[in-house]
Amino acid sequence: MGELSTKHLLGIKDLTKEDIQLIFETADEFKDVINRPIKKVPSLRDITIANIFFENSTRTKLSFELAEKRLSADVINFSSSGSSVKKGETLLDTVNNILSMKVDMIVMRHSSPGAPHFLSKHISANIVNAGDGTHEHPTQALLDTFSIRERLGEVAGKKVVIVGDILHSRVALSNIFALQKLGAEVMVCGPNTLLPKYIGSLGVKVELDIRKALEWCDVANILRIQLERQHIKYFPSLREYSLYYGVDKKLLDSLDKEITIMHPGPINRGVELNSDVADSEQAIILDQVENGVAVRMAVLYLLASVSK
Amino acid sequence: MQKRLLLGNPQLGITLSRLCQQLIENHNNFENTVILGMQPRGTYLANRIHSRLEELTGQKIHLGLLDTTFFRDDFRRRDSPVKANETKIDFLVEGKQVILIDDVFYTGRSVRAALDAMTAFGRPDKVELLSLVVRKYSKHVPIFPDYVGKDVNTLDTQRVLVQWTEQEGVEEDSVWLTNKED
Repeated sequence: MGELSTKHLLGIKDLTKEDIQLIFETADEFKDVINRPIKKVPSLRDITIANIFFENSTRTKLSFELAEKRLSADVINFSSSGSSVKKGETLLDTVNNILSMKVDMIVMRHSSPGAPHFLSKHISANIVNAGDGTHEHPTQALLDTFSIRERLGEVAGKKVVIVGDILHSRVALSNIFALQKLGAEVMVCGPNTLLPKYIGSLGVKVELDIRKALEWCDVANILRIQLERQHIKYFPSLREYSLYYGVDKKLLDSLDKEITIMHPGPINRGVELNSDVADSEQAIILDQVENGVAVRMAVLYLLASVSK
Repeated sequence: MQKRLLLGNPQLGITLSRLCQQLIENHNNFENTVILGMQPRGTYLANRIHSRLEELTGQKIHLGLLDTTFFRDDFRRRDSPVKANETKIDFLVEGKQVILIDDVFYTGRSVRAALDAMTAFGRPDKVELLSLVVRKYSKHVPIFPDYVGKDVNTLDTQRVLVQWTEQEGVEEDSVWLTNKED
């Protein structure tokens, strides 16, 4: 029997290793489903899911919506632009209004860290965190680690470096939790100003030199510089960042081994990642996107089954 | 109730032989016939029947594994969720005669789910069902096996346990009737 230990997916921090493995095993079967001529299963046919996005999103929103539709759920979409949020409605009121329309699950992205945790204390529907500010982005970490497992056979014992804007990245924090729970070694690499002050307390290695970091790792997860969250200057210019931390083919070719390159998207080509790497065989960026649908199907399916 | 033996090793072998002969009678050389074993427990029986049929006919016969978890009608209605298993079908069932194999036929609901799940692999010409044990008077849907190993009278509080030597810790093939709590 397979059941998650939690009713909501608020963050990787709350999941057990067994939960993650159950999600992976279920996602394996959904990946098979979405590669068939008929890509749909009827599992969630009596479930309604609301995708509530208070922050911009392309691939996460599309990926969730596709996952929901492949599971035959009814889907409603809400984005804060053009909604009553602009008229001063509180988060709880907005969500309670949506729930009165008999919605069973909420997928929410919000710019405030902890927003889904707050909601989970006040409503009974299952909540999936699709990113809360700079805190967590659990489904991204699940699809990232799922993709590592797919490419390298397993996650345990692998060395993974997360490069870039760690300070503003919810992907980084969720990835650190997921990788550590699955037994991988984690390093972060970036300019000192973009590394959180207490990063050491998470039990990760810290490296300021990109070449040394890449020489150490089996997998490099390259993050985007989140200019929209940076209200002060953390480095002199994007050009300088790119010179010091940008990953290009020349740099990868100079290593004595072939490492796997990941990126959660959207890529700023020529800044953190060059096109000659992003489009190469070493990059599994598009596999990550494909796996995202399967992993989100698994999460929704498993959460729906514990709501009884 | 103590567990009661329904089929022991020599009888189970004879029943399997009879089922294979019946299949050969109806499917002749198996040119257009494929076998689908239902996950998780029907796959042991499907493997046995498949290898015995290949031996008897000298033909290569397609064998697939079908998981019905995502097609079940009791999702969110069970006390504990069912874990998904692998579906492994490397061929299309379009235009084929399909022999669907499961170890125990009880309410018929898993077979209904299997018929749904199968549609992702094409439209078969004909689907037949083979069950090793049929629990009488308990079906919920108008479905019934075409090939039956053994009919048994059971109570809802009981379950039929089929054990194969391929499973860990099992020394002999056998079919038992036990209480659900046991």
